[in-house]
Amino acid sequence: MSTPFYVSPQQAMADRAEYARKGIARGRSLVVLQFADGIVFVGENPSRALHKFSEIYDRIGFAAAGKYNEYENLRIGGVRYADLRGYTYDRDDVTARGLANVYAQTLGTIFSSNAEKPYEVELVVAEVGTEREGDQIYRLPHDGSIVDEHGSVAVGGNAEQISSYLDQRHRDDMSLAEALKLAVQALSRDTNGTEREIPAERLEVAVLDRTRPQQRKFKRIVGRQLARLLEADGDASAPTDVPSDVEEE
Amino acid sequence: MEANTRSTGRLPAAFLTPGSSSFMDFLGEHSPEMLPGNRVLPPVQGVIEAPHGTTIVAAAFPGGVVLAGDRRATMGNMIAQRDIEKVFPADEYSAVGIAGTAGLAVEMVKLFQLELEHFEKVEGAQLSLEGKANRLSTMIRSNLGMAMQGLAVVPLFAGYDVDRAKGRIFSYDVTGGRSEENGYAATGSGSVFARGSMKKLYRNDLTEQETTTLVIQALYDAADDDSATGGPDVARRIYPIVTVITEEGFRRLSDDESAELARAILEKRLEQPDGPRAALL
Repeated sequence: MSTPFYVSPQQAMADRAEYARKGIARGRSLVVLQFADGIVFVGENPSRALHKFSEIYDRIGFAAAGKYNEYENLRIGGVRYADLRGYTYDRDDVTARGLANVYAQTLGTIFSSNAEKPYEVELVVAEVGTEREGDQIYRLPHDGSIVDEHGSVAVGGNAEQISSYLDQRHRDDMSLAEALKLAVQALSRDTNGTEREIPAERLEVAVLDRTRPQQRKFKRIVGRQLARLLEADGDASAPTDVPSDVEEE
Repeated sequence: MEANTRSTGRLPAAFLTPGSSSFMDFLGEHSPEMLPGNRVLPPVQGVIEAPHGTTIVAAAFPGGVVLAGDRRATMGNMIAQRDIEKVFPADEYSAVGIAGTAGLAVEMVKLFQLELEHFEKVEGAQLSLEGKANRLSTMIRSNLGMAMQGLAVVPLFAGYDVDRAKGRIFSYDVTGGRSEENGYAATGSGSVFARGSMKKLYRNDLTEQETTTLVIQALYDAADDDSATGGPDVARRIYPIVTVITEEGFRRLSDDESAELARAILEKRLEQPDGPRAALL
């Protein structure tokens, strides 16, 4: 048996972190913003079948950047966790905080275990409250830490630049159309500062809307409804603020 | 992945194993003791006394389907509950009404709802109506052991088939046998009388409003002849639960709407206790 080279723990961890960060940076960024009636998820996604955002439970949504098979695996794990918990106790006992904790433990264990390669994913778990004060957004980097975010958060390749752009312009009382516009502006800025156009069909948009009468608050915004919102000119009084519950294609 | 992962607080391996989109399959793998079908009942002498739900009726109309149930639960010759709810939304386009042992039925519905929701979330698409009906079949079959001891659950499943653009009704027997019903169906102790009533009143061109009246008439007739089925309770303001499923999705009639329909029928029955008469020839 050959003797392995000595690698200091610091160096080993730094290498793993570097590996994960590079993997995440290859993916496109996505943003999660609070608006007056809830939380909106916006990202650039050329695929209409492979989603970056999805529903976990009644009030909880999930967003992920990075490697598809890895975050899809975590997403399904999250759905199973939430459904099992809701079945065992009550629907009210499924919380974003609990889910974020489980994800953090999972990512953390994988990150520091030598047997597995670190996951190249960064997750966002968001829960919409009955009031704006009750909204919660957690960002979960690849290493198993949890960051409690307020207002806006960006993950993925160009995340730092996008979040600073969002931080300067985001307000909690924005309408859905305004928040969506801001998100698209933030996403269309390239690393070198130039802007490019992201057409509506390349956008993936979903909301957790606290005004929805159904128990399940998650809804994708697609087709005509998305086009209408993008054209709404960010007008706070525009009637398109409230997403209709009729699915439009 | 490690076998004993629970202690670290991370998601156990079963949660992250790709494969089934079924919550029941997952439950069977992760905590089989929670599946209703895996419970073993100790041998008992005679019938177990537990509240039983009684009559459920359903009728289709062009553009949708109506599912309704009375509000009584009985235990032997006693009324166990006057305002029990036995009709539930299964998902946005379907509903399930349950006759039989109330406790097991409610648990079955809860698991069934979750099964459909879980599939929808994992796959990003809804099950077909046939797929949902088959899933319910499996669940009833897993209860067969209990059914043999007298704790049967016999549901009625109704939904709007988005692909075929029409309302459909499925009835079940205690062994999980499933059959699609044409037009109308009933289950539970008063089902014989309800079916007879609908047989004479049902037409396949009824409107939504007429169909809701039809099912309440049928429930009234069931309550008239079956002591375990409850009629409209005017004094306590307890009226049947009536649900309508159309292209727009599931809707439960509000208490006021249901009360209004039931009272209109009651009013007529004061003059004609046997209800509307069908033509002789």
